[in-house]
Amino acid sequence: MAVKTATGAPAPLPAGTTAPAKKGFWAWLNRRMPIEEFLATQVTGYYAPKNFNIWYFFGSLAGLVLVLQLLSGIYLTMFYKVGEVSSFDSVEYIMREVDYGWLIRYLHSTGASAFFIVVYLHMYRALLYGSYRAPRELLWLLGMCVYLALMAEAFMGYVLPWGNMSFWGAQVIVNLFGTIPGIGPGLVEWIRGDYGIADATLNRFFAMHVALLPLALLLLVALHLVALRQTGSNNPDGIEIKEKLGPDGHPLDGVPFHPYYTVKDVVGVGVFAVLFAIVVFFVPTLGGLFLESPNFEPANPLSTPEHIAPAWYFTPYYAILRAVPNQRLGALLMLLAVSAFFFLPWLDRSPVRSMRYKGWMSRTALTLFTVSFLALCYLGLQPAEGLYVALARIFTAIYFLFFLLMPFYTRLDPVKPVPERVTYHAH
Amino acid sequence: MADHAVVAEDEVDLSRRKFLTRATIATGAVGAAFAAVPFIESWSPSERARAQGAPVELDLSKLDAGQMTTVVWRRSPIYVVRRTPEMVGRISGHDAELKDPKSQYSEQPTYAQNTQRSRTDEFLVLIGTCTHLGCLPKQRFSQGELYPSWPGGFFCPCHGSRFDLAGRVFNGSPASVNLRVPRYSYPSPRTLVVGVDEKGTA
Repeated sequence: MAVKTATGAPAPLPAGTTAPAKKGFWAWLNRRMPIEEFLATQVTGYYAPKNFNIWYFFGSLAGLVLVLQLLSGIYLTMFYKVGEVSSFDSVEYIMREVDYGWLIRYLHSTGASAFFIVVYLHMYRALLYGSYRAPRELLWLLGMCVYLALMAEAFMGYVLPWGNMSFWGAQVIVNLFGTIPGIGPGLVEWIRGDYGIADATLNRFFAMHVALLPLALLLLVALHLVALRQTGSNNPDGIEIKEKLGPDGHPLDGVPFHPYYTVKDVVGVGVFAVLFAIVVFFVPTLGGLFLESPNFEPANPLSTPEHIAPAWYFTPYYAILRAVPNQRLGALLMLLAVSAFFFLPWLDRSPVRSMRYKGWMSRTALTLFTVSFLALCYLGLQPAEGLYVALARIFTAIYFLFFLLMPFYTRLDPVKPVPERVTYHAH
Repeated sequence: MADHAVVAEDEVDLSRRKFLTRATIATGAVGAAFAAVPFIESWSPSERARAQGAPVELDLSKLDAGQMTTVVWRRSPIYVVRRTPEMVGRISGHDAELKDPKSQYSEQPTYAQNTQRSRTDEFLVLIGTCTHLGCLPKQRFSQGELYPSWPGGFFCPCHGSRFDLAGRVFNGSPASVNLRVPRYSYPSPRTLVVGVDEKGTA
């Protein structure tokens, strides 16, 4: 019931709400489900900082790739036949005989790499602007869980074509669990369901890849978004826009997510789609980076590929694994390298969030870390010998020093004063 | 119109309620743990996988001296080498170049924890997957085949691990332990069975 004023006109509604429709199907619907309220509070009434830059495209792009992977993945399951004898042939069948099968498969395989590219850039944005800092620790942790689920999803998906690299990649990765003291060998047997990578392994990886992990991913992404709505987005200046509210109760430095950022994100989608299409149509294997050539041969337990390397998005960790002469220690360091990100909210002791106001120490540390990550990514693709191993050891050390020394250099760092309001120039 | 009973605040036995809540949760947790067992167990190797993983037999009389053959047991290639006395001689003398010459950190049945890493000098039985990352080492049995001082053995093409004619790993290899030895036994002098010994089936 609208409140009447003295003049008889309806009073202005409280901020963030819209007038409920009075009749018609829309009103009938909204009396039963809060669609309008949801849109008003979460989309048109969700205020995001107005100083977002190019780094803020990657969250929505990750969402887009997730949808693309779900859609292309569902279509692939319509033609793919899981099994030691049928998997490889059914992938070839998709590529050669199903109408547009090649396109659906290349969308899915390119989508996997694209997913990691946008997720890595999305994570890097958080490193740049301190988006993992309080009060966004849980948002960051949930994001990291998405990343872990994505790694498991990608690894198991990689096994499904049952090419020779699928087989030997699975062999190497599953054997890593064997390095756990005591339970290792039994655990490996339990994961494989056989005494080697076999039909049973392939079958359960398929189930995980198409059902369990996608459900987990969707749930985690939903929780990630709920946590984001609670704290609000960070921004390149790393200051809280909620602390400066206008008379209407909205942040002075915020703009409604819709239409401002929906429209901006559409531009990002356009640019992404062009780059994505170039890969899908012209270089779907990207010279062995997105699809490795040994995987065009069927799995052969009696013949290892010349050189085993995982897909590029795992190579930084693989380089760390191989840099250590002791296998158990190598596996442990690899695990630590992935999990180190979880501790970032508590390792960073800087009084400011954003790299814009951090000093030379933090900037140098992040630069060295960036170089190390990219170098390890390259080294993980190279054979583990001579100079490559020596370099991998140096970059592994820098990688861990970035995290281990963070509590110290972030505190000693000469920071710059943080502005009251976000830095923004009208276009 | 107070037909429904209202319990006054002081009549509620909160400690009893708390106890019952906890007991219910604990019972539920135990039930959930038991319910999880079949799902977890279903991932163990099935009866079929176990049957296919049964011991395999090999007729050794068909293997000439100095030669190697491969049998598949539990999806792993098993290397069986019939070493000549000359080859056995090439096993000793380079202990200083080995990571684990006495096989203290390597995986083998006790009867193979010796210099020859086998029950008898003549036959060497190894699991043919590299202890580094599971590739298949290739035979390089001739003396000097890899480099002048090479005493003969195995070479892994993936990451360059080198092993001697007893499957012991050389220094400078990425693999840190010797090639594994499976359980095996000789039911008759010329028959080898991989996967079973006096202590039972693997």
